[in-house]
Amino acid sequence: MSPKTLYDKIWDAHVAHEADDGTCLLYIDRHLVHEVTSPQAFEGLRMAGRSVRAPDKTIAVPDHNVPTTAGREDPANMTGDSAIQVAALDKNARDFGIHYYPVTDVRQGIVHIVGPEQGWTLPGMTVVCGDSHTATHGAFGSLAHGIGTSEVEHVLATQTLIQKKSKNMKVEITGTLRPGVTAKDITLSVIGKTGTAGGTGYVIEYCGEAIRDLSMEGRMTVCNMAIEGGARAGLIAPDEKTYEYCKGRPHAPKGAQWEAAMDWWKTLYSDDDAHWDMVVMIKGEDIAPVVTWGTSPEDVLPITANVPAPEDFSGGKADAAKRSLDYMGLAPGTPLEDVAIDTVFIGSCTNGRIEDLRAAAEILRGKKIKDGMRAMVVPGSGLVRAQAEEEGLADIFRDAGFEWRLAGCSMCLAMNPDQLEPGERCAATSNRNFEGRQGRGGRTHLMSPAMAAAAAVTGRLTDVRELM
Amino acid sequence: MDKFTTLTGVAAPMPLINVDTDMIIPKQFLKTIKRSGLGKNLFDEMRFDDDGAEIPDFVLNKPQYRSAEILVAGDNFGCGSSREHAPWAIKDFGIRCVIAPSFADIFFNNCFKNGILPIALPQETVDILMKDAEKGSNARMTIDLEAQTITTSEGEAITFEVDPFKKHCLLEGLDDIGLTMEKSTNIDSFESSAAQSRPWV
Ligand code: SF4
Repeated sequence: MSPKTLYDKIWDAHVAHEADDGTCLLYIDRHLVHEVTSPQAFEGLRMAGRSVRAPDKTIAVPDHNVPTTAGREDPANMTGDSAIQVAALDKNARDFGIHYYPVTDVRQGIVHIVGPEQGWTLPGMTVVCGDSHTATHGAFGSLAHGIGTSEVEHVLATQTLIQKKSKNMKVEITGTLRPGVTAKDITLSVIGKTGTAGGTGYVIEYCGEAIRDLSMEGRMTVCNMAIEGGARAGLIAPDEKTYEYCKGRPHAPKGAQWEAAMDWWKTLYSDDDAHWDMVVMIKGEDIAPVVTWGTSPEDVLPITANVPAPEDFSGGKADAAKRSLDYMGLAPGTPLEDVAIDTVFIGSCTNGRIEDLRAAAEILRGKKIKDGMRAMVVPGSGLVRAQAEEEGLADIFRDAGFEWRLAGCSMCLAMNPDQLEPGERCAATSNRNFEGRQGRGGRTHLMSPAMAAAAAVTGRLTDVRELM
Repeated sequence: MDKFTTLTGVAAPMPLINVDTDMIIPKQFLKTIKRSGLGKNLFDEMRFDDDGAEIPDFVLNKPQYRSAEILVAGDNFGCGSSREHAPWAIKDFGIRCVIAPSFADIFFNNCFKNGILPIALPQETVDILMKDAEKGSNARMTIDLEAQTITTSEGEAITFEVDPFKKHCLLEGLDDIGLTMEKSTNIDSFESSAAQSRPWV
C-alpha cells in the first residue's frame, strides 16, 4: 500500500462516493451548530420539507451573541436581534431533535470548547461547523473544518459534504520552546512566516517535538489558527495525551468500544515516506513571545521588535501595511513595548481553556491591573469557569481587577454587548485582529494569555519574561 | 439557485489585498435569520461613516460604480470567518462575479452555492482587468461561463479556469442537496459499513 499522510487516512475512511472528476461526498461524523450561521439552514430544510439525517451526530450550542453577564437567560437582557437568533436555535434544536446545550446549562460555552470537553470530538473523525475555527478540533487528529451556511444545510440534510481533496502540508516545530513561549506564539509565528494565504488549498499537519510537548489545550490553540494561515484544516496526530484527554468524557466510547477505537486511533499517523506538497520547518528555540501590530494575523513580530514601516514591505503588502498602521494608530519605529493599551480580553476558542486561564493567573497572582484599565476574562465554557473557580483562579483574576464573566465568544467578535470603542486599544487572546473585529474602530493586538495578563499589569504591550 | 451563464456589466476596482469577511459584512449584520436584505450593508464600515452618511471616496459610492455587477480585487479575497452572509451581501447588492488573484477557501465555495462566480487569475491578468475597471461605467466587461472567457471593454478576451462540476451547477442553477440526495444509497451503505468498523462514532 502506498504511504499515506494522516489526512489521507482520515479522508479515505470517510469517502461515501467519488465522482470521476474527484469530487467526493465526505461523510461527516460530527456536526456542530451555533446560532449565527444556522438559522437560514434550518429554514431551508423546512422550506424543502427535509429532516436532519443524523440528529444524534448533530450538536448545537449558542455562543456567539449570548451576553456573558449575569441574568442572560432572560431574553429581555439580550438585544432584540440576538434574542431572536438564540430563540431560533432553541426552537430548531427542539424541532429537529438534536443535542443541545442552552445558556442555562453549565456545559454551555464556545462550540469549539464544548465539543472536545464533552467527548464529541475524537481522533479520526470528520467534524464540521458553520464556523471557520472548527480547525480547533484537528488537535485530536480529526479532520475538522469550517463550512458556510449552505453547507450546514447540506450536512443537516445528507450528513455529507461535497469536497475535493486538499494538498498536504507539513509544519514541523522542532526542539523545545524557550520560557515564556506558548502554543499561541507557535501558531502566530507560523502565520507570520507563511502569510494568511500560505495555507490556501492545504490541510496542515503540525508535528515535531515542540508540538508533541504541548498539552491538548495547547494543541487546540495551534490548530485553531490554521484557518488564519489560510488552510482548510490543521491536524495533529493523536498520541497518549490525546487518549488520556478523551478517556471518560461523556460521549467518548467505553469498555470494548474504547479498545476497538484505540486500535484504530493508533494507526492514525503519517507514514514515514508519505508525500508532502509543502513542508515548513521552524526551530522551537527561534520562537519568541510575539504580538500582532497590524490588522492581519500575519502581521506578527516578537515583542522586542519595533513597529515596521510600509517601506519594509513590497507589492500590495506595502499599501496594506500603511492602511493597517493608520488604522492601528501606530508610528513606524515605535518599540512595541511602548504601545499603551486600554483593554485586555482573555478568552475565545483560541485561548479560553483552563490552561490558558492558569497561565494568565500565574502572571497576575498578587498583582493589580493598571489603573483605568478595562480587563475581562471570559471562560470558554461553563465547565472551564467552574474549574477555574475551584482552583482559585477566579479569585486571582477578581483580586487583580479583572471582570469574571460567563462563557461565550464575547469580545472575540463583539456580537454581544462586549465591544471596543473607536480608537480603544486591546490586548486580546483571540485570533483575529481585523478592522472592526472587536468593535468599530477598535484596535486589536493578538497575543498569548500570559502576555495579555502582563499587558494588563503594566498598561502597555509587555514582554512577559520581564514578569516571570 | 440562480443560474449564471453570461454577464455583461460594470466592474468596480478594489485593489486591496486580504479583504476579509468582516469588511464585506460586519458582524452587527449577522444577526438576521434571513438570507436577503444584506446588500445595503455590504462593506458597511468602508462605505458609510459613523453617522451613516456615504463616504464619497469608497468605490461603490462613486456614481459610475453604484450598479457594479463585477468586483475586481486583490489577493486573498474573502479571508476570515466562514459567514455566508458575505456572499449573500455581495449578491444582494447586485454583484455576481468577483475576480482576484486568489480567494480564501470557504468564501470561494460559498460563492458557488449562491450563484456568484469567483474567478482566480494570475496577478498580471488581474492588473489588466483592474485597469479596465478603473475606466468607469462605460467600460463594461463580459463574462461567459460556458466559454470560460472574460472580455474587457477593449475587446481583449481572457480565459479562466473553473472546476467542471461547479461550472455545471452554476450554469444549470442546480441545488447541491438535491444532487446529493440522488446518491442516498451510497450514503446508506457507507453508514452501515461504518457502523461495523467504527461503532463508537
Ligand atoms: S471565540 Fe471567536 S473565533 Fe471562536 S467561535 Fe467564537 S467568535 Fe469565532
